[in-house]
Amino acid sequence: MRTSVVVIGAGQTGLAVSYFLSERDIEHVILERGSVGQSWRSERWDSLRLLTPNSQSRLPGHVYDGDDPDGFMTMTEVVAFLDDYARKIAAPVRSGVSVTSVRRRGSAYEVVTDEGTWLADAVVIATGACNTPRIPAVAGGLPDDVVQVTPADYRNPGQLPDGGVLVVGASASGAQIASEVQRSGRQVTLAVGEHVRVPRTYRGRDLMWWMEVSGRLDERYDDVDDIVRARHLPSTQLVGTPERVSLDLNSLTAEGVRLAGRLAAITNGVAQFSGSLRNVAKLADLKERRLLEFFDEWAVEAGIDDELGPVERYEPTRIEDEPPLSADFAADGIRSVVWATGYVADHSFIDIDVLDRKGQLKHDGGVVTASPGLYRIGLPVLRRRKSTFIHGAGDDARDITEHLAGYLTSLAIDEAECAVG
Amino acid sequence: MTTTPTADNGVNTEVLLGARKALADEPAGAQFTWRATNEWLHATHTKATVKSYYGLGAEQSHKVESTFELDHPETFGEEDNAVTPVEYVLVGLGGCLSGGIAAVAQNRGIQLRSVKATIEGDMDILGILGADPDVRNGFSNVRVNYEIDADASEEDIEALVAQSQKRSAVFDIVTNPTNVTVSVTKA
Repeated sequence: MRTSVVVIGAGQTGLAVSYFLSERDIEHVILERGSVGQSWRSERWDSLRLLTPNSQSRLPGHVYDGDDPDGFMTMTEVVAFLDDYARKIAAPVRSGVSVTSVRRRGSAYEVVTDEGTWLADAVVIATGACNTPRIPAVAGGLPDDVVQVTPADYRNPGQLPDGGVLVVGASASGAQIASEVQRSGRQVTLAVGEHVRVPRTYRGRDLMWWMEVSGRLDERYDDVDDIVRARHLPSTQLVGTPERVSLDLNSLTAEGVRLAGRLAAITNGVAQFSGSLRNVAKLADLKERRLLEFFDEWAVEAGIDDELGPVERYEPTRIEDEPPLSADFAADGIRSVVWATGYVADHSFIDIDVLDRKGQLKHDGGVVTASPGLYRIGLPVLRRRKSTFIHGAGDDARDITEHLAGYLTSLAIDEAECAVG
Repeated sequence: MTTTPTADNGVNTEVLLGARKALADEPAGAQFTWRATNEWLHATHTKATVKSYYGLGAEQSHKVESTFELDHPETFGEEDNAVTPVEYVLVGLGGCLSGGIAAVAQNRGIQLRSVKATIEGDMDILGILGADPDVRNGFSNVRVNYEIDADASEEDIEALVAQSQKRSAVFDIVTNPTNVTVSVTKA
C-alpha cells in the first residue's frame, strides 16, 4: 500500500495534522490501533475530566459550541468531541490497525502493521505522550502481597483492597486519585516530590484562561530557558470538576490524606521517604506566588485589571512538624500502592537510529532531523508549552505540516532532477 | 563478650558505658545539637567553623574552634581552594566508622595495631547539572574499604566493622532519610 504520508494515531494531534494535510491536498492515511481517541477511551480513570475548560476544547476547524464554556469534559465527552471532529474533517482513519515497526526504505518509509505494510514519503507519529506508566525502580522492593496499580489501569477506589493506600506522586493524577481514595474511606499516604501548585480559579477566572491569555502557553520550545526541565515538569495539581474546586496539598490534608516526602526506597517491607517534603512544598508555594504575580502584572499591562476579582494569595502548604520518614506496609496496614509517577512515550517501534540512550526520540520541535520526513507531535513542550493541550494541537500541527509539505516538495525536485540527469 | 584487660586502643569505654547507664535514666541529657557555620567567600569557595554544641543539658564548647574551607575543583571550572562538600561527607563517614571500630574493639578487648580506610562515593554529575531528571544529585553508591591489623581473628574483625556500622551516626545519616528544614532571613 502506498501513500504520501502515514499519520500514526487518531487522537487530537493526529486529527489536527490530517486537517492541515487535507487543506494542502496531501494524500495520507491515519493508522489507529483502536478507535479515534483510543487513550481517552481506555486508559483513564472513571472520574477524570479534562483539566482545560470547554472553552479551550478547540481544534483547527472545530470548537466547543455547548452552553457550558467553564465546564470540564468527561472522557466520554472528549471521545465524542474527537469523533465529531474526525467526521467533520473526513479524516482518513484506518481503525484497529496497530503499527509494529517504522523503518526506512531508501528515501521512503515502511510502516509495518498487523494489517500489511504501508510505503510513504513521510511519517507523522502522533501516538500521545502517555504510553507507558513510569514505575520507579524502588517498586522492586514492594512486598508481594501489596496490590499495585498505575493511573493507566486505575479506574476507581473500589478496585483497591480495603486498608491503607500509598499514592506515589503528587501531580494531577496522584493528587486526584489520593483525594478520591481517601474519600472512599481508605487512609492515604501521599509521597510528595517536586510538584506544581496552582489554584483552579484566580480572581474569578480559570487558571487555564490565565495561562492562555497571558501568552504563557505560547512560549516556544526554543525560547524556554531549560528545555530538559520544562519537558519533565510534573503536571499541575488540577482537577476539572463542576464545582471548579482547587486541588492542592492543603485540600488533601483537610480530607485526611497524610503527606510524606518523596519515596526514596522500599527495604524489608518498609517504605522510606525523603526528608525534603518541607522544601518541595516551599518551592511549590513560591512558584505559585510568582505565577500569580506574573498574572497580576499582565492584567495591569493588558488594561483589564479592574475587570477582575481582587488579588488573592493562598495559605502556605501546611506540613506537620515531623513528616513520616517511613511506613511499614504490614504494621501500618498499607495494602496497595498507586504509582502516579508519570509516563514515558513509547518509541520502541521506530527501527531507525533516532533514539537516545534512554529510548527517547531525538527531535527538534517535532522534526526528526536525523531522518528527514519523520515527525513527532504531541509530546510535552514539543514546540510550545501548550503542545500537550487539546487547544495546543492546532499550532503544532500547522507548523509540522508546513515543514512536511516543504520536505515533500524537495523530494519532488530531487526526483525531477534525477529524471533530467 | 569477652573482656581482655590488656587491650588499649586509647578509648575511654568506661565513660561511654557510664553515660549509657546515666542517660538512660535521664534522657533529656542525651539530647545533643551539633552545629557548624558556613560563610560564602567567593565563587563556590566557602568557610565553615565548628566550635559550640549543645549536650548534657547545657551549651558546650570544643577546646578550639576548627575551620574548614570548601570549594570545587578545576574540572568544575572553579578555583579548587579546598575539597568539595561531598568529600567532607566521606570524611565524616570514615571518621565515624573508624572511631566506632576503636570503641567497639576496646570494649571487646581487641588490640588494634592499624586501621586504614578508603572511602569512595560514586556520583553521576548529570544530576546536579540538571541535565538528566532521572539521575539523583547525591551519591549513587558509597564504598568503604577497611584494612585492619588487630589482635583478633578475621571473623572478629569483620564483626567489629559490622557493629561499628550498626552504631554509627554518619552511616545512619547517609543511609536513611532525615527531615531537613532550611530557613532564610534577609540580612
